[in-house]
This record gives sequence, structure tokens and C-alpha cells, in this order.
Amino acid sequence: MNIKNRFIFSLIVSFPMFIGMIIMPFGYELPGGMWTMFLLTTAVMVISGRQFLQSAWASFLNHHANMDTLVAIGTFTAYFYSIYAMLTHQPVFYESAAFVITFVLLGQVFEEKMKHAASGAVEKLLDLQAKDAEVIRDGQTLKIPLTEVNVGDIIRVKPGQKIAVDGVITEGSSTIDESMVTGESIPVAKKVGDTVIGATINNTGTFTFKAAKVGDDTLLAQIVELVKKAQTSHAPIQKIVDKIADIFVPIVIIIAILTFVTWYIVLSASFVQAMLFAVSVIIIACPCALGIATPTALMVGTGRSAKLGILIKNGEILEAVNSIKTVVFDKTGTITAGKPKVTDIIGDQQQVLEVAVNLEATSEHPLAAAILTKAQEVGIAVQGAQNFTALEGKGIQAQISNKQAFIGNQKLLADYQLDEATAAKMLELQNEAKTVVLVGFDGQIIGLIAVQDTPKKSSAAAITALKERGLRTVMLTGDNEHVAQAIADQVGIDEVLADVLPGDKAAKIKKLQQQAPIAFVGDGINDAPALTTANVGIAMGSGTDIAIESGGIVLVKNDLQDVVLALELSQKTFNRIKLNLFWAFIYNTLGIPVAAGLFAGIGLTLSPELAGIFMALSSISVVASSLLLNRVKLSHTA
Amino acid sequence: MDKIIIVVLALAIIAFIIWWFFGKHTAQEGTAEQQGNLQNATVVVNGGYNPSTIVLKQGLAGQITFHRKDPSSCLERVVFPDLGINDFLPQNQDHVIKIDTSQAKTFEYACGMNMYHGKVVVK
Repeated sequence: MNIKNRFIFSLIVSFPMFIGMIIMPFGYELPGGMWTMFLLTTAVMVISGRQFLQSAWASFLNHHANMDTLVAIGTFTAYFYSIYAMLTHQPVFYESAAFVITFVLLGQVFEEKMKHAASGAVEKLLDLQAKDAEVIRDGQTLKIPLTEVNVGDIIRVKPGQKIAVDGVITEGSSTIDESMVTGESIPVAKKVGDTVIGATINNTGTFTFKAAKVGDDTLLAQIVELVKKAQTSHAPIQKIVDKIADIFVPIVIIIAILTFVTWYIVLSASFVQAMLFAVSVIIIACPCALGIATPTALMVGTGRSAKLGILIKNGEILEAVNSIKTVVFDKTGTITAGKPKVTDIIGDQQQVLEVAVNLEATSEHPLAAAILTKAQEVGIAVQGAQNFTALEGKGIQAQISNKQAFIGNQKLLADYQLDEATAAKMLELQNEAKTVVLVGFDGQIIGLIAVQDTPKKSSAAAITALKERGLRTVMLTGDNEHVAQAIADQVGIDEVLADVLPGDKAAKIKKLQQQAPIAFVGDGINDAPALTTANVGIAMGSGTDIAIESGGIVLVKNDLQDVVLALELSQKTFNRIKLNLFWAFIYNTLGIPVAAGLFAGIGLTLSPELAGIFMALSSISVVASSLLLNRVKLSHTA
Repeated sequence: MDKIIIVVLALAIIAFIIWWFFGKHTAQEGTAEQQGNLQNATVVVNGGYNPSTIVLKQGLAGQITFHRKDPSSCLERVVFPDLGINDFLPQNQDHVIKIDTSQAKTFEYACGMNMYHGKVVVK
């Protein structure tokens, strides 16, 4: 019999005793008197209460005690005492046992319902998946189930259809609603060459795309996996609770015995009175509320943030966010759009670009992409270069037409001279927040290329919001001081650490950490060491390329506002955990003395039935408090 | 006289509780049965995990079969935080959980409320 049926049974069977309790002051009694009560309570104990006893006994044999132990001891004490009292013609307490069982089961029914609601986020995410896909094979369109889609398949998507898997558009264009995965509510326009995400909805156009990731590799599958892990993780704060829970139940039983002895022996109360105090102690002290305080809040918090495209990896991260004093940002791709453009070329445009493009053709540096794009626009073809060598921290050099060519940053000035006019031009460009690249050929610098990467629209607002939260903002970049400062001024960053080599980022973070705990925000691809070094690593992704492993918090969208939202959600969730634990503790520390009759002098006592109600309420209120996290207002709901 | 007996009895029960719940009791350790290319260990869930420690061989595909006898809602879920598993264990039925044995590692697991603990050691 499941919990719900056990509850319904005990509710119906104990109801006559409830009537009996009400009519008793008027001098009426249930027909059959205490024998009716005996039969009804026995039915409740056997049908609804037996499983508490079973579980308590099994635990006992394992040297364990749990809430079932308490319920079983409390109710069966009242039950067996009542049988003894009935046979010796003394007052009985059958209804206490039956009512407590009913209330405890009521609490469990509610708890089960709410726990289900709290853990539902993951299942809802999986439901987002498309069920089938229209695959074009051998010129024919076939409708096949999702599981049979392979990497490389060409899939056609009509308006209104769900996109089956992750891939790249090969034909056509459309606008796509990606809100279910990224949290971004505005549909995104996509054309040939753009990536699409599985489980998102195609709005307007028909297009075909080539499947790139299927099954467990898709973004959605990875998100689900991450959320699952987060929801089963433990916050460090939980460790204390676990220690307490381990010894809690035996301690409570000891307290109950001491309560009985004190009342009966020391205070000379009647046997019945002393026993009722002891039973109340046992019933009220259920550690349920303590046990579910953290897991339910964690589930709701991580589930809600996942829906907004913010993936918090585990409870440890959640707790760490609370001590953060400084937020460090990577510049390129984080504060800025990460798509730099060539704005100025100083020197002979044709020659400078030709040298530059040949050197950068195989590079993956974001600046290289800008130079390649510019070369394409002007119509310069890549010839190629030989004997590439990296100039550590400065740039690269190689042979072009058997002559030495090089490209790099201003650290090259240690080896090469710059004429005065060009040097002045360079400073001017840098003050305009442009990154300047020096291009050299045959032993001398032949020109400059200025590249500019503009801040994202949301960056300034996000930085302001972080500052309002009392956080210090720092920008970390490999760019030189002038450019970095210019960008920092545009978005309002407090502090700039420029000229940092990629390999030194983690070291800089370590240094900053000595002052205060740090969150580092990076793009997750180049910044892995810094992300793992920081107390909280926040990896920003765009589309399917998110590097899920590197950050403690992963932002699916490439929007700085989500950093604010992530910090806020983590804090709210952690505060909720603390609140839950506080209530659970307070409830027990206040409840046990009252139940033990410490305040009996001022008329404050708890009967076992009332203790049962309070116990049910405590777990219900904790789960309800966790569920309320779903409704907590956030300052930025983008 | 009655009162003295009750006090003595109460003290005896308290002493027993302390010894029984807080004293050192050796935990059972179980190993897996090999069935072809698979090693399977069964854990009975009844007032705890029996045996609470399972040893698996590294490199051989491994699984744990949980069999829940306990009716309590306390033990109805099993949680492996490292594996992201939070599974419902149907009462009186087998529930299989696959364990990654590619590396020597200890996987701790617990019930939904983190009150009962067990572990799987891969070595």
C-alpha cells in the first residue's frame, strides 16, 4: 500500500475517534467505548503503522535510527500502554497513537507531492526534445525517430517544427526561438553556416541543416546531465547537518527516557503523564525537516536557473558565490563582442596586409580573423609562409619570399625601432580603444594594423549592476594598457590589469585571491586555467560551443547580464538553504523542550497529537519554502 | 522500590542505546559476482544498505543491483552525487545502476535525505 492509501485509510478509521473526542466533554461516548477505540486503533496500527515499525526494526539491526524509529516508538508506546491501561481499567490513549500516524502520513503525502514538483525541472528539460526528424537520405525525405539520427545527416526543418539535434544550416534561413535552451526570449535570425541547437523551435522559414552532434553530445543532453549532477550534489553547509542527523535520533530517544524519569521519579507525576511527555518528545523531534532543507532548495534553485540558461554546477559553487567580493572579467569575447574588425592600416595598405595575412592565415587568434576578413574584402590572396616561430609573448615570425617577416604587439618595440610619426599614430589609435598590431618585413617595421573590438551592448549595464551589489570589478587582458583602459572607461570597470600573457592569467587570479574571493568570467575556451583557479569560474558560451567542463557556472547565452543573474540566483538559493536549516533547527530546539514539559509550569505543553501536527507542518513548510524559490523576484529578468 | 527499578532500567536502556548506535560496529564488505564481461553486486536496502561497501574490479563493466525491501520513504531514493544519479528504488524490485569502472575511485552514495550511506570502491 502506498503512502497516500495508508493515509486515507488511517484518516477514515481514526475519524470516529475524533468525533468521540469532541463529544466527550458533553458526557457522550462512542458506542462500545474503549473497545471500539481499541479495534479502530489496532486497524490503523496494523494497516498504516506497520511499515514504520518494519523500517525502524530493519534500521535498528543496522545500528541506525531514523524518523520511522521515532514514529514507531512513540505510537506503539502509546498503543501498548493503552492496552495495558484498558485491561487494568485506567484511562486509555488510543486516539493519540492513531492521530499521530494520520498526521505523520499526511505530512509525508504532501512532502512527496512537493518533492516531485521540486525535482521536475530535469524531466521538463528532456521533454523539450523533438520526437522525430525529417532526414534527407539518397534524395528522399524520411521521417525517422530522434535516436536514429546520425552525425552528418541532412535534416529538413519546416516552420513551427522542432529542430532535432545540434548542427549547421546548409540551405535556407529562418528565425529560431531558442528560449528553451538559452533563456533568450527574442527569436534569433539564422542563415547558412550558422549553428542551430536541438530542441529549439523553428519559427518562420524552411531550411536544411547538417547534424553535428547527436544523442548525449547535444547541448540539451549536456545541460540535462549538468543539472542532474547539480541537483544531487551537496552544499558544504550540509555536512554539519549530516553529522547532527547521524546522532540525532538516538539522542532524542535518550532525552525522552530522561524526560520520563524526571517527571515520574523527580517530579512525582503520574505514570501516564510522564509517558505522554516522553512520547511527545519522540514525536516532535522528527529530523525530516533538517534532512530535506538543503536538497529541495538546491533542486529548485538549480532547476530554475537552468531554465534561464544559467547552469550552476553544484552546491559547493552555490555556497562559494556568497563570499565573492571581486569579479574579474576577461576582455575579449566577454566584455567585448569578441569579433574584432580592422579599422585602420598605417603604411602601405597593400603590402602591410599582404605580409600580415600570410603570417596570420593559420592562426586562431581573434585578431587574425579580423585581418583575414579585411584581406578578403580588399582581395588579397594568401600565399603562405614558411618556418613559423613564435616570439614568446610578442607575436610570430616566418619566412615570406625568403625574407624574415613578423607580426605582433608593442613588445616587439624592444627589438625594432618605430619612427616618430608612426609612434604618435599608434598612441592615438590605442587611446581610441583600438588594438594595434605591428607588421614587419625584412628587418624593419613596415606598418600598423588597428583592430577594434567593441563592448557588447549589455556590458555596461551589467557592470553597473554588479557594482550596485558592492562588488569590485576588474578587467584582465592581454591587450596593452591604453586599449584596455579605453574599454574599461566605456563600460565602467573599476580596475584594469593589462598586458597579461595568456599563461599568466591564472597567476594573476591567484594574486587577487589573496585579497578577497574572486569570480572569474571568461569565454570558457581559452580561459580554462583561470576559470578553475578562481573561487567561482563563470564560463560564457555562445550556442553549442560552451565548454561545460571549465566553469563552475556556465552561461549558455553570451550576455554579461546573466553574470548578475547567476550571482543573484546563487545567493538567493543559498540564503534559502540557510533559512530552511535555521527553521528546522529552531523548530527542534524549541519543540523538544516544550514537548518535554519544561514550560508546563506556565501551562505550555504539547500533547502527542499536537506534536504530530507540528512535525508534519515542519517538513511541509521547508519544502514549500524551497518551492517558493521558483517565485522569488529577480532584479534582472532578461 | 519501583522507582529504583525504573531508574536502573532507564540507565540501562540509555547505556544500550549509546553502545548500539554510537559504538564501533564492523561494516560488511561485499564483492561482485562476475557474469561473463560484467560484474554485478546486489545491495539489499532494508534499514540501511547491505552490504554497505561494495568492491568492484577496475576495468570490468560493473553494476550494482539495488533491491529495496524497506517500506520507508527514507530509503526510497538512492543518490550518487558523483554520477548525477538520483533514482527511485521501487519496493521489492531490482534496480540496476551502472558504475564506471575505468578508473580506481570510490563512489559514495546515500539515501535521498543523506542519512544512510554506502560506497562502491573500484580498485
